Amino acid sequence: MNGSRSILEAKNLQVRKAGSLVLDVPLLRIEEGEILSLIGPNGAGKTTLLQAMARLIKLSQGELCFRGENVSSNHAQFEYRRRLAMVFQEPLLFDTTVYENVAAGLKIRGIKKSAIQRTVAENLKRFGIAHLAHRSARKISGGEAQRVALARALATQPEVLFLDEPFSSLDPPTRESLLEDLESVLRETKTTTLMAVHDRMEALRLSDLIAVMNHGRILQVGPPGEVMNQPLDEFVASFVGVETILSGQVVRKEGGSFIASIQGHYIEAVGKVELGESVVLCIRPENVTLMVPPFKEPTSARNVFPGTIVKVTPLGLFYKVQLQCGFPLVAYVTSHSLENLSLREGKEMVASFKATSIHVVRKKEKGRPVSLNA
Amino acid sequence: MDLIFEGILKAFFLLFTFDPEVMGITLLSLEVSGAATLISLLIGISAGTIIALAEFPGRKIIVSLVNTGMGLPPVVVGLFVTIFLWRNGPLGFLGILFTPLAMIIAQAVIATPIVMGITLAAIQALPKNLRLQIMALGATRLQMVWILVKEAKLPLLAGVMAGFGGVISEVGASIMVGGNIKGYSRVLTTATVMETSRGNFEVAIALGIILLLLAFFINWILTRIQQKERPR
Amino acid sequence: MKRSKSPWIIFGGIILLFVAGWIPAYGQQKNIILATTTSTQDSGLLDVLIPIFEKKTGYFVKTIAVGSGQAMAMGQKGEADALLVHSPAAEKKFVAEGYGVNRRIVMHNDFIVVGPAEDPAKIKGIKATTSAFKKIASAGALFLSRGDNSGTHAKEKAIWKAAEIKAEGQKWYQQTGLGMGQTLNVAAEKKGYTLADRGTYLALKKNLRLDILAEGDAILLNVYHVIEVNPAKWPKVNVAGAKAFADFIVAKEAQEVVKTFGVDKFGSPLFFPDAGKKEEELGK
Repeated sequence: MNGSRSILEAKNLQVRKAGSLVLDVPLLRIEEGEILSLIGPNGAGKTTLLQAMARLIKLSQGELCFRGENVSSNHAQFEYRRRLAMVFQEPLLFDTTVYENVAAGLKIRGIKKSAIQRTVAENLKRFGIAHLAHRSARKISGGEAQRVALARALATQPEVLFLDEPFSSLDPPTRESLLEDLESVLRETKTTTLMAVHDRMEALRLSDLIAVMNHGRILQVGPPGEVMNQPLDEFVASFVGVETILSGQVVRKEGGSFIASIQGHYIEAVGKVELGESVVLCIRPENVTLMVPPFKEPTSARNVFPGTIVKVTPLGLFYKVQLQCGFPLVAYVTSHSLENLSLREGKEMVASFKATSIHVVRKKEKGRPVSLNA
Repeated sequence: MDLIFEGILKAFFLLFTFDPEVMGITLLSLEVSGAATLISLLIGISAGTIIALAEFPGRKIIVSLVNTGMGLPPVVVGLFVTIFLWRNGPLGFLGILFTPLAMIIAQAVIATPIVMGITLAAIQALPKNLRLQIMALGATRLQMVWILVKEAKLPLLAGVMAGFGGVISEVGASIMVGGNIKGYSRVLTTATVMETSRGNFEVAIALGIILLLLAFFINWILTRIQQKERPR
Repeated sequence: MKRSKSPWIIFGGIILLFVAGWIPAYGQQKNIILATTTSTQDSGLLDVLIPIFEKKTGYFVKTIAVGSGQAMAMGQKGEADALLVHSPAAEKKFVAEGYGVNRRIVMHNDFIVVGPAEDPAKIKGIKATTSAFKKIASAGALFLSRGDNSGTHAKEKAIWKAAEIKAEGQKWYQQTGLGMGQTLNVAAEKKGYTLADRGTYLALKKNLRLDILAEGDAILLNVYHVIEVNPAKWPKVNVAGAKAFADFIVAKEAQEVVKTFGVDKFGSPLFFPDAGKKEEELGK
């Protein structure tokens, strides 16, 4: 980014397992104090990347620099590991008390007992588990156990924190509460964090940067807004929650906007394209408005399409409405709207979305697709 | 049946009058098997942990050998140790055949594979990522092994008890390499065999009962340690 | 790490001390390995003689009691320094083949034929043991043999041979493969005949229901010799020690002990001292 040294820099990182390449990252830089989330499907390589960057596994190729120094020799690796901490999906607590667990990292470093007492108390308090100090680690709930694991990790005051889907095995309310606490601790300590998450909502909330991975590669890295709204390719798009992805061709150009032909329908979008070019249009479901025909209110949306509701799926706080307008379209509506508009399968609706809300991905013949729009 | 009853009576008589010969035999049994178990502990747990954690070509063969070793016939061990230790054997210059030391060696050879095999299984049964977690806490190799061993304390202690049990009750190798010399290399098991062959069944039973009591006592202590670690 | 290492060092130190305590404090030259038979040891005579010898000379005698065959084998391999055995035929071969030197007679005891009080083969009172054995064979009465190549077994085989009877394989002839005491118990249990040394029988008499049915015959004499293993064949042998022991056991002091051993316990001595005599002189 600028002249300052990134705290962590991975170059040409490759890891092979049983001959095949499971991780291939040409470059990844993390600045001090940043929280970077890795998202991707199972098997994408998130865990491998985390473990490689924590130097817990062997690299088949490439190097990792911590504060500018290459971490390569066994001794360098050991010293590096002393300055980081990692929490896994399972709490992996030791068969002893909660206190002893949190103190584990400190004991390993040979810190004096009085200092240990102070630090452990502080971290137990941070994560709200002070009352469990003398309980056996085997006799606490899953959420409490992860809190202990986090307290244990942060007790050593790591310069980099690695988290591998630490909330995956928890139920939503527990997850929610833990996320809050973790967020405040991370903001307070300004710890550089590299975190693999399964739920992109978690990523959105905590992160300064999101990296989308698949097949051992990082497909896109950027601030959450950018990755969510300007996915670089179809895979990223579908992974970050773009529900409507349409392929078509540019048939008309007018200044900054153009018309694309999608399965016989014409959709207007904004972007720099060539006539005849193949494009992929990404429409986030939040940007699709539904109206009951006939409607009288004028709309500034250029894209207005009648369609039939094919499926309504409840998604917790809102509903996912799938429409068939000649092309598939997905909208999110609140339960309030669902009631008001009496949305149900088979109902005829009119959907509209602004041309400016469409994210256009140009499909090049060769090379990687290029994403347009600011 | 009354033979057994007489034997029990004799056992208590010998114990409560602190019969010096029986006391000596019992103490020696404890010392020899205790030392052998300790040695097997040190070698077995370290080697077992190393094999469990490391990856190297031929590992599967080594593991098979260890598992086979768990079932080594003690008499065969005794024979081989004797051949090594007797005067004209490769280690004859040590002059330790027919000594308690030879018995410790033979018993250690019997117990070590048992402890090693159980350690191997116990360490491999730990959660896969535990090793990485410990490394991520900044542990040195040695610290990591120590923590893993502590985590596997339950099955490991079972292994110790198995090893101890195997040697406190061993007689074939002990007779061969020890010589059952009165007041010197005679232990409870070898004395029992001798008394039986002499036809002194009541004494033999008494010694057998004392052996059982000894074994029970030791295992009681070990079990207390093992179960003490159960979470509250 | 610093703190957790010290208990281990102490631990290791204790083990080393433990172990070191057993490395023969006596030193090689002070050890004598005496190979003898189980029946000799079981008589208890050595428990009296050995301590006297050890006190007098400072040697440490490792008495290894095994079967006669194994004792000789140990001598042949140079794993023993001296032998105290009672298998004259085998002993003579042993010396002839150069494995042993200074074969000297020490003492004798005798064998007896014991059996159930009912005496189904009616051998009681028969003087010649060979005749008694013949009667047992023709009656098909149960006979227990040790079958372990011990001195007792060798003697028993010799008697069968002299009686010209092939006992092995016969239905009434059973081999226990056990020591003398156990074999006596089996014989008592199954109400069979057996050949036993007087000493072991007397020691177990009160618990056995077996009577002495034949004794006193010259063929029943059990002669003990002491043999020193030949250092020419096995240089590692403790020559001085073996000689010291052999000299001791044929000397007056030891022979006196032999003469009186067992009298207070059984009413009659178990052994008869013979040092200096010739083998042929023994018996009647």
